[in-house]
Amino acid sequence: MQRIGVFVCHCGTNIAGTVDVSQVAEALSHEPGVVYSKDYTYMCSATGQGMLKDAIRDYNLTGVVICSCSPRMHENTFRKAAEQAGLNPFMLEIANIREQCSWVHKDMAIGTAKAIVLGRAAVAKVNLNAPLTSGETAVTKRALVIGGGIAGIQTALDIADAGFPVDIVEKKPTIGGKMAQLDKTFPTLDCAACILTPKMVEAQQNENITIYSYSEVEDVKGFVGNFDVKIRRKARYVDETKCTGCGLCTEKCPMKKVPNEFNLGMDSRHAVYIPFAQAVPKVATIDPNYCLKLKSGKCGLCSKVCSVGAIDYTQKDEIIEEKYGAIVVATGYNPISLDKFDEFAYSKSKDVISSLELERLMNAAGPTGGTLLRPSDGTHPHTVVFVQCVGSRCEANAEKGKEYCSKICCMYTAKHAMLIRDKYPDTDVYVFYIDVRTPGKNFDEFYRRAVEQYGVHYIKGMVGKVTPEDGKLKVQASDLLDNRQLKIDADMVVLAAAIEPDKSARPLATMLTASMDTNDFFTEAHPKLRPVESPTAGVFLSGVCQGPKDIPETVAQAGAAASKAIGLLCKDKLKNNACVAESNEMMCNGCSQCEKVCAYGAITYVDKEFRMPDRTTQVRRVASVNPAVCQGCGACASACPSGAMDLKGFKNDQILAEVDALCR
Amino acid sequence: MQKLTRGELVRKAEELLDNGEVKHVLGWRAGEFDYDLTPSVFDTKDDIEANFRFDDFCGPNFSKYLVKKTRELEGKILVFLKPCDTYSFNELLTEHRFDREKVYVVGIECSGMADIFKIKEIAGEGISKIEPDGEYLSVASLYDDEPVKIKASDVLEERCINCKSKKHVVYDELLGEEGEEQDSGRFEEVEKLEKMTSEERFGFWKKELSRCIRCNACRDVCPACTCEKCVFDNPDSGTQNKSPATTFEEQNFHIIRAYHVAGRCTDCGECSRVCPQRIPLHLLNRKFIKDIDSFYGDYQAGQEAGQRNPLIDYTQNDIDPSEIFGGAK
Amino acid sequence: MQVNNDTEKDYKPLIVAFCCNWCSYAGADLAGNNRLSYPADVKIIRVPCSGRLNPLFVLRAFQRGADGVIICGCHPGDCHYTTGNYYTRRRMALLFSMLDYLGIERERTKVAWISAAEGQRFAETMNEFTSQVASLGKNKRLEDLRCKN
Repeated sequence: MQRIGVFVCHCGTNIAGTVDVSQVAEALSHEPGVVYSKDYTYMCSATGQGMLKDAIRDYNLTGVVICSCSPRMHENTFRKAAEQAGLNPFMLEIANIREQCSWVHKDMAIGTAKAIVLGRAAVAKVNLNAPLTSGETAVTKRALVIGGGIAGIQTALDIADAGFPVDIVEKKPTIGGKMAQLDKTFPTLDCAACILTPKMVEAQQNENITIYSYSEVEDVKGFVGNFDVKIRRKARYVDETKCTGCGLCTEKCPMKKVPNEFNLGMDSRHAVYIPFAQAVPKVATIDPNYCLKLKSGKCGLCSKVCSVGAIDYTQKDEIIEEKYGAIVVATGYNPISLDKFDEFAYSKSKDVISSLELERLMNAAGPTGGTLLRPSDGTHPHTVVFVQCVGSRCEANAEKGKEYCSKICCMYTAKHAMLIRDKYPDTDVYVFYIDVRTPGKNFDEFYRRAVEQYGVHYIKGMVGKVTPEDGKLKVQASDLLDNRQLKIDADMVVLAAAIEPDKSARPLATMLTASMDTNDFFTEAHPKLRPVESPTAGVFLSGVCQGPKDIPETVAQAGAAASKAIGLLCKDKLKNNACVAESNEMMCNGCSQCEKVCAYGAITYVDKEFRMPDRTTQVRRVASVNPAVCQGCGACASACPSGAMDLKGFKNDQILAEVDALCR
Repeated sequence: MQKLTRGELVRKAEELLDNGEVKHVLGWRAGEFDYDLTPSVFDTKDDIEANFRFDDFCGPNFSKYLVKKTRELEGKILVFLKPCDTYSFNELLTEHRFDREKVYVVGIECSGMADIFKIKEIAGEGISKIEPDGEYLSVASLYDDEPVKIKASDVLEERCINCKSKKHVVYDELLGEEGEEQDSGRFEEVEKLEKMTSEERFGFWKKELSRCIRCNACRDVCPACTCEKCVFDNPDSGTQNKSPATTFEEQNFHIIRAYHVAGRCTDCGECSRVCPQRIPLHLLNRKFIKDIDSFYGDYQAGQEAGQRNPLIDYTQNDIDPSEIFGGAK
Repeated sequence: MQVNNDTEKDYKPLIVAFCCNWCSYAGADLAGNNRLSYPADVKIIRVPCSGRLNPLFVLRAFQRGADGVIICGCHPGDCHYTTGNYYTRRRMALLFSMLDYLGIERERTKVAWISAAEGQRFAETMNEFTSQVASLGKNKRLEDLRCKN
């Protein structure tokens, strides 16, 4: 039996004005377990807290009920005071007789009666309270960043700057991501490489950063502060520690007709290659799908010319295991495949290209050396048509395309149009759009410059069909503002393809037990208030993996994710939530219902051996809650059919006791 | 009258015991009465030869027994499952209640089972023997000289009249012919009740549920009720109640029982079959099934192993509780 | 057996309100801060999340004599725990439909989504719900008089 002390606060006249506090104290003194009951003017004052502490000691109280203001106000105050007097803080409950009683009722008799009932419910609950302690878990002071684009690089740099070791895992042979493929960036038109490559070098030179390029995350176990991660380092058949990046092997490689993915297949590279001049790490990689030596055993030229002996045809994939305290996901995006958009003749004509392809065509290091030429015949285009929202903002359940707005297309199309008009004033540029969306600093000014200064023809309406005919592209479109059909003979059509999360994101989310929306974007712990945290503790989100965004937003989010990760890594120990779910293994059926409703991946299953009454043993599958991950929502407890899962601090019997007390 | 014969089942069981595929056979054993068969484990051919039964009274759904038997017994168990039983089997697999590897499923064609209550209504009490006779059942009783002939199709169990599927959703081997999912009228009774006034419905259920003697047969037979410790037996659950001392049975027990299996109930109909008071418990389960279908889209528990039951699932645009009776949000 | 002698005139319904800690309980506090009155018949139980609500709690309240039960949580999409109220929405839709099917007046149950900023809405909701329940009179269909002291 508990020994409960009840303290009824007057809160000056805030409570005492409508509630007869002494009557409440008197009534509650007769409740089961109550050994002390008193009212006082201000319980939260130093004197009031002193009175609480004294009573706990003098009356050997095992539980306390404070009838006062909302627990959202002073629960912590009183729990701390109770703890100072040697009582477990979770043995204290609050009956809210101010916000939910005296302030909303005017009649003294009614207010007093209700306050007594609320006090009774709190007493009933405390009778079933048990002391709770928060567990502690150690934190591995090392972070993992998955993805080496601008989001990953920025996050890694910020974490490294704070003094923590951080590893970047990038599946491509170089970091840099999509930004490395871009030509200029809006709205300032500075060159992407000029601002990105110094950051790449900085990442490489930072002694806190380790870059695992050409590597993928294979497995993630553990939880916040204690992740065990397996990383597969794919064989690049070149010893990274020896290769100087001189490029001699590439020059001598006889296999020259490999589609160059960095230029989106618009030119070719060798079987042994360095993706681009400023690649980090600047080491060669042998493409096993094309290398003659690896495929047929004949050749071996690269090995012969390599002066440092870095080529190693026998290299195998290597698995490394590392422990991390925090994981930042920065897996980025890709433009969607345009194969299904036959109406734009993307697969029929080489001159119908995607915006990212245009970036490469405009880039000085691209396949045309930066001169805008038609891929089909290498001539200069005189009429260029841009089509916006290709695959973005489609109807729900449409066969192709995405429901969401890809966000970046309006701005980069304005940039493309402007750059073309600037370099080639004889070229006519049309942009077909549904809406032009340019919120952002200096964005609308930028778009208006394209229209007003550069004379880009913006036409509200969609392109219905593109037909290649006699070397031209016949574009049929509608002008919705003029309400007329348009026919344009274009030399080149550029499609602003929707962007989608990288395909590696979904399997990764499964490994991380992080949740995703139907579009495979990672979901946030809270869409407004915790936008860079995943609901899975210790997993943070950076860049487009969380939703479409441009470079400045990505960098800002990367910094935010880094600061959250740093906040975690700074701690030596993590204090767990004390009110966490707990499974009674004897009663658990192992049915997995709780696991499925847990938004945090806090529940796992283990096979456990049980001794039966007849002395035999049985192995059963039972749920186990990781208190370091559980946030204490209790969804599992209500999903549990057998009542094995319960939530400490809000146990089934405690809530039922409150119900009973209210209904008495 | 079953198309499949006892002989076919016995031969299959013996063959699988002989070739070592299985060590045990879960089947129907002759009980005290011809119409009262007992689910039982057979380990030897002799036992099967002597006591194995297969006829119109093989109602018991064996899926549930696998939870305990796969733990207790060494070696693989052969289980005979009627189409409706296979749904329960899958549902239990979804809930990881037993190891699939330890079970050999022989799906059996089912022509519908006979309802002994209906037979008794015609032939009276004191039934001593029931023998199949073509399309008829020949029912002998202590009080009649001549056996009464009853057409088997006239005394089908309710759940068989409203059979939802004659197709097995899981099996290792099939005896007899595979059927199709049926276009059943199983929700008609529910709809009838829904059309009544609130008072009428209350009256209906009060009349039905007040007969409950709290024997727990519905719970004990239910293949979805496999909790290690049932909340009704657990003093800590707040719902423990051993005997019908209060109106708990009338007011809460059956709601809690039906809610516990909501989303997991395959509508196998075992609860109503075993109820000695003939309370139409399936009408509670079917209400949940019907609501789930209409609120969240058609869902058949046990259709596939590994499905996500609608109560532990959601979509962002689910119907709001304020809208379920047709009101706006 | 005790007979309920309450006359219609002095009949006061008993309403149990379950409020999630993050939205609705804070909404109730806000109603208090703004002195927005609602009937004292409403008694609030704080739970971390509406997803914590086992349908059993609702049944228990009725069994013990509550006349109405209202469940308040964050608006769908705003759950502090991201998804808890989505499950509640399903659980309660099915429970309420079942209670109605058993002949329990459907006006005795309600789910309301009330944010921490909606003190006004909290008070209005409680006023409406209390008068709705009061018009039905005492809950006789689920109350178990033998559970009373």
